[in-house]
Amino acid sequence: MTTEELRKIAESEREAQRRFPHHVCVCMAASCQSSGAADVLDALKKEVVESGMRNEVHVKGVGCMGLCSAGPLVAIETEGKMYAHVTHDDAPEVIRGLDTGAGGDGLKELSAGDAFFRRQKKIVLENSGVIDPERIEDYIAHDGYFALVHAITELTPLEVVQQVLKSGLRGRGGAGYPTGLKWSTVAKTGEQRKFVVCNADEGDPGAFMDRAVLESDPHRVLEGMAIAAYAVGAQKGYVYVRAEYPLAVKNLKTAIRQAERLGLLGNDIAGSGFSFHVDIRLGAGAFVCGEETALMASIEGKRGAPRPRPPYPAQEGLWGSPTLINNVETFANVAPILRHGPEWFSSIGTEKSKGTKVFALAGQVENTGLIEVPMGITLREIIHEIGGGIPSGRKFKAVQTGGPSGGCIPGEHLDSPVDYESLARVGSMMGSGGMIVMDETSCMVDVAKYFTDFCRSESCGKCVPCRAGTEQMYGLLQKIAGGQATQADLTLLEELCDLVRNTSLCGLGQSAPNPVLSTLHYFRDEYLEHIEQKRCRAGVCPCSTTPSAPQKVSQ
Amino acid sequence: MQTFLGPPQLPSDDKRWKIVDATARRYGREPHALIETLHTVQESFGYLDETALRFVAATLRVPLSRVYGAATFYHFFSLKPQGKHTCVVCTGTACYIKGAPALLSAIERRHGIKPGQTTPDGELSLVTARCLGSCGLAPAAVMDGAVLGKIGPTDMLARIQKGMHP
Repeated sequence: MTTEELRKIAESEREAQRRFPHHVCVCMAASCQSSGAADVLDALKKEVVESGMRNEVHVKGVGCMGLCSAGPLVAIETEGKMYAHVTHDDAPEVIRGLDTGAGGDGLKELSAGDAFFRRQKKIVLENSGVIDPERIEDYIAHDGYFALVHAITELTPLEVVQQVLKSGLRGRGGAGYPTGLKWSTVAKTGEQRKFVVCNADEGDPGAFMDRAVLESDPHRVLEGMAIAAYAVGAQKGYVYVRAEYPLAVKNLKTAIRQAERLGLLGNDIAGSGFSFHVDIRLGAGAFVCGEETALMASIEGKRGAPRPRPPYPAQEGLWGSPTLINNVETFANVAPILRHGPEWFSSIGTEKSKGTKVFALAGQVENTGLIEVPMGITLREIIHEIGGGIPSGRKFKAVQTGGPSGGCIPGEHLDSPVDYESLARVGSMMGSGGMIVMDETSCMVDVAKYFTDFCRSESCGKCVPCRAGTEQMYGLLQKIAGGQATQADLTLLEELCDLVRNTSLCGLGQSAPNPVLSTLHYFRDEYLEHIEQKRCRAGVCPCSTTPSAPQKVSQ
Repeated sequence: MQTFLGPPQLPSDDKRWKIVDATARRYGREPHALIETLHTVQESFGYLDETALRFVAATLRVPLSRVYGAATFYHFFSLKPQGKHTCVVCTGTACYIKGAPALLSAIERRHGIKPGQTTPDGELSLVTARCLGSCGLAPAAVMDGAVLGKIGPTDMLARIQKGMHP
């Protein structure tokens, strides 16, 4: 496969698509599918055939369009229109609307100028909701695989590493380690056998960015992995993906097969002598496997227990060989960097955090779904403009980022920019990108208890501080929530947090106290209320027996 | 003293064992295929029983203790048969703050089962998921494979009823 051949595929695909005056895209990502998108797709296809417009309308299933709460979504690409909450009964109206140009009276139209779409900047998700994830030709028609062929035929591995280094890309899994540095460490090792691993074990509750990328644009991740493999000198790659994401696994398998068929993965890619094979490994529901050493143990077929670092995977990873591990979103950023140049990438974002970040916006906001924003945007802009604010006129209380390793950020820090350093400064972290908005119906003690419960049951049990410490922390939080705690318990809880944080073996234990510490820091009065007055102002905790306390809303 | 003379015999002539064996063979019966093979067992049989664990251990030539260790470590694997119908309630953060606890307590009150339990008649199993990734539809649940979004306790019970007695 040469650039010329790639261009030919792209051209003939574009030509084929241009033949249709109308393009109707149906979101077929998991969220829309669960609200009936497959029926809508079938109904639209049937309607096109029945109304004799087979040569004018092209109906295709695409990946995530972002606004999951308004699903199933249907976009009329050619007219820039988007309909929300479409049912299969709406199909005739959608198709009729194409013909007359008007129509769509009975449909709920979203305007593309909506703040939800306007404030976003798409790099990782640029193809998401646009291309058919099950067709490699569609990806190639959107400039796919050109970066890979360019890199392996025209650049040296060192030049690729330098471009990534210069772009300022940092790991999107949460910790923010410079990607280029990691690549160059692996590239510099003298070993013959090396591995590239894509971490798609998205275990944080409330995060679904990686799933959306894998479902909507799997080829982009594979292209990023292949470029990385060329840069570091690896021959074999693994995608470690959650078994709970069947659609992502299916699309990824299809994508690997298609890329192999075209010679973009496998032996002797683009006639350069460079070979790279990708295999999928299924996770089995263990949060700790998102930690890189545990993830490697799991790929080797063992229990997912982490081991101390150093040696880092970059020196000694899978089966003792140097291994490059990056997150899905990190790999998805690689091809655009090579295509547009590192300067383009580093012009987006803040001084230390470059590019964009994908967030899964959920919880008590009007617009929930998947968003991609430039680094440096403020939390207020995300929640109140893109997210559309808090529904039912209730008051904002906190936003939780970073999942069980992150913290709750209160209203006073809403103007803090979203980048790795600023979020750490306010006691949370970037994390993989879950962003849960909470209003006054959520109790902060209860939220801390929820995350501690999560960590305690996900602790692998290898080191004592995490195994026993999180258990004791949970017990104390239960006591506080039940209104049986004293001041001494609060002091003990803080000491315990300090101990677990400083003495645990891996990231899971080291960050497990974060949700407790951040809520203690910003919402101490709520803890004190539970202890001194045996009262939970949100009416969530068992201690609140006052009948006048507002009940938690269940819908 | 046990001597290994090629792969072990299939436990019975149930065709599903052939599927399990095919997975092991695809990975060259290497020990690192353990989790993939357990996935296939779970997919084919619904759960992992002792026969299955012993067979996987023998075919991949890993100690039974290691197979048992992996099977109990990962939440995805179940050592008990599931009920005829399965209801999965998502307890991800978004679902939690939007009312997943109310769904669980409603099911417990009506059917007398907690997460991880099956009704004594083997009809209904209640399971919780860490996150279904359908946070935009919180609170979410899955009844026999069908995802239910933005669901309240009353609707949840009605859907379970409908699923069990169509």
